[in-house]
Amino acid sequence: MTLVQVVIGGLLLGAVYALFSSGLTLIWGMMNVVNFAHGDFVMLGMYTGVVVWTALGGGPWASVPMAAILIATLGVISYFFLVRHIMKGPMLAQILGTFGLALFLRYGALYVFGANFKSLPDNLVGHSFVLGGIRFEGSRVLAAAVGLGVTLALHLILTRTAIGSRMLAVSEDATAAQLMGIRPQRMQALAWAMAGAATGIAGALMALFLPISPTAGESLAIVAFVTVSFGGFGSVTGALVAGLLIGVVESLSAYLIGPIYKEVIVYALFVLVLWFRPQGLMGKT
Amino acid sequence: MLKTTRQAVLAGAALIAFGFAADAGAQQTVKIGAVYPLSGNSASTGNYAKMAFEMGADIINNGDPELAKIFPLAKGGGLPGLKGAKIQMVIADNQGTPQAGANQTLRLITEEKVAALICCYQSAITVTASAVAEKYGVPFLNAESVAANLTERGFKWFFRTTPVAADFATAYLSFLKEQKAAGKKVDSIAIVHENTEYGNSVSSVISDAFTKGGLSVSMKVPYGANGPDVQPQVLQLKEKNPDVVIFISYTQDAILYAKTMKELNWKPAILIADDGGFNDPAFTKQMGPVTEGLISRSVFAQGKPGSVAAMMDALYKKKTGGDGLDDVSARVLQGFFVVADAINRAGSVEPAKVQAALKATDLKPDQLIAGYDGVKFDDKGQNILASTLVTQLKSSNYVAVWPKARATDPLVLPYKGW
Repeated sequence: MTLVQVVIGGLLLGAVYALFSSGLTLIWGMMNVVNFAHGDFVMLGMYTGVVVWTALGGGPWASVPMAAILIATLGVISYFFLVRHIMKGPMLAQILGTFGLALFLRYGALYVFGANFKSLPDNLVGHSFVLGGIRFEGSRVLAAAVGLGVTLALHLILTRTAIGSRMLAVSEDATAAQLMGIRPQRMQALAWAMAGAATGIAGALMALFLPISPTAGESLAIVAFVTVSFGGFGSVTGALVAGLLIGVVESLSAYLIGPIYKEVIVYALFVLVLWFRPQGLMGKT
Repeated sequence: MLKTTRQAVLAGAALIAFGFAADAGAQQTVKIGAVYPLSGNSASTGNYAKMAFEMGADIINNGDPELAKIFPLAKGGGLPGLKGAKIQMVIADNQGTPQAGANQTLRLITEEKVAALICCYQSAITVTASAVAEKYGVPFLNAESVAANLTERGFKWFFRTTPVAADFATAYLSFLKEQKAAGKKVDSIAIVHENTEYGNSVSSVISDAFTKGGLSVSMKVPYGANGPDVQPQVLQLKEKNPDVVIFISYTQDAILYAKTMKELNWKPAILIADDGGFNDPAFTKQMGPVTEGLISRSVFAQGKPGSVAAMMDALYKKKTGGDGLDDVSARVLQGFFVVADAINRAGSVEPAKVQAALKATDLKPDQLIAGYDGVKFDDKGQNILASTLVTQLKSSNYVAVWPKARATDPLVLPYKGW
């Protein structure tokens, strides 16, 4: 029974990994831009949750939409004022540009919110419940459910709608798309807005069960990068599968072998997968 | 010839005048240097330490009538042993780096000519700064660095008042043995610790001390700090169900452990959190309601009303605008008064006399701010009476529950949690 609990815990964790990685994979796949500030976008989404709770007394029903709008706006602003320009430069300029943005956001948050850890009361979503002898933590279940929903929605938008086709057209060949009457900048800004919204939602939901600090994004960003390259660059469903897989492998190895070995096992698996499938689980060659 | 004589006389007069001035100056102020992290990662701690020093100097220079009834150095008018010389604190910034710490120590010794040094909070900086003081032969007191090797270097000018990891382990050992004698079950003990220097070293010191003392550590769970999920660790504990769990963790993990134990509905009969993240105000404020009865350690407990510790705490609250003394600021303030007391007894700022006075230090618990059994140094400069109090979380505040002599509240077992 404990083992089932461990696997369920891993799945819930993995769905959250997928949720906060989907925004990154969207930007990466659409524009070939690595957003090093991604983790700090998540962190700001978390702080949105804190501010909505402390200033307005609102729970996730208020903070999630608010974070989606705020971080989407931040994404569009970052695109127009920074990314659009550095995309013309060499790869190194892109890396350093978004890295600079990451530091700016992190230390901005340190200045505004202070270095102390914050956490939200754990009854905002309702307490944990027991189902078939397995305990479920309310806030993690909510995050996982929304995570699955958002990932599926992103996938459907990209593959089943006209706007999605236009975005994919821009990502394949911006010049050709422009000749067909698509405005690449508008599509790319839209991609940043969608990625920002998904990331903001992830942050606001994670704030419900994780302690919040200005450096919270740092370790999350690493997980997001691994999830995205594991799943395949640009593949939203790949991020979902990879997220779930990483979550379960982490939980199982931590429980069966020991918590300090979980990263070793996850990253060994990661290297093995990339050895045989350098494009990731679901990436295109 | 006449001219030369006049010059000589003038020079002599000037020298005499200068000499008098210098002499008078020495009687008026005694400079004590402090090198603390006023900027960098630990700036918050450093600035609280600075306020403790300023408050300490103010108590000696200007006095506090209430405190003076039980604390002789609080009569005001400076140090009686030096004809009322006032204390001047010279506080420098170690910037959180061993290099800057050593440089500032050098500056305080050679330019400010401080009579003694109190330094440096971070163990790594204490290492370099104390080496400078040793070279120049200036008394150096460390009030809060716990690295074991600091007192193993054969230094003659180094003194340390704080308890170290071994003292904490001894305190837990005696505490648990007392519980065992009272009929509580302490047969299986688990240590959950983060796996960097801090967690690894503290956990091995504790398990060594326990093994020697006849308690067995049946389970050790090292983990990587700051992960997003601790459920597997808590499930491991739940399955083995040890009587006692000791956590050595930073704040983020502390919060997650508290949440996850509640989510998985498991708690041991005795839960000990070795300071660290569990003493962070962010933890006590937010997790206090679900960790009632959590046991920790601190050298500071406010103590009974009217005690030195309680009165100093009230003065410190006035100084900081609301924040009371805590585990670190109490040790800093204690370090300051140990130095001030030694200089006062030495009756001089001459390094060798201050060093001799420090060696002869013998302070009793009722004169202390920190909850030590006293202050008395061994040949290596370690305070052999350094000890720690065992505290327990009660309505989101830590209160002293052990040893009985200094307890302010009764110990409540088993661990209640939520």
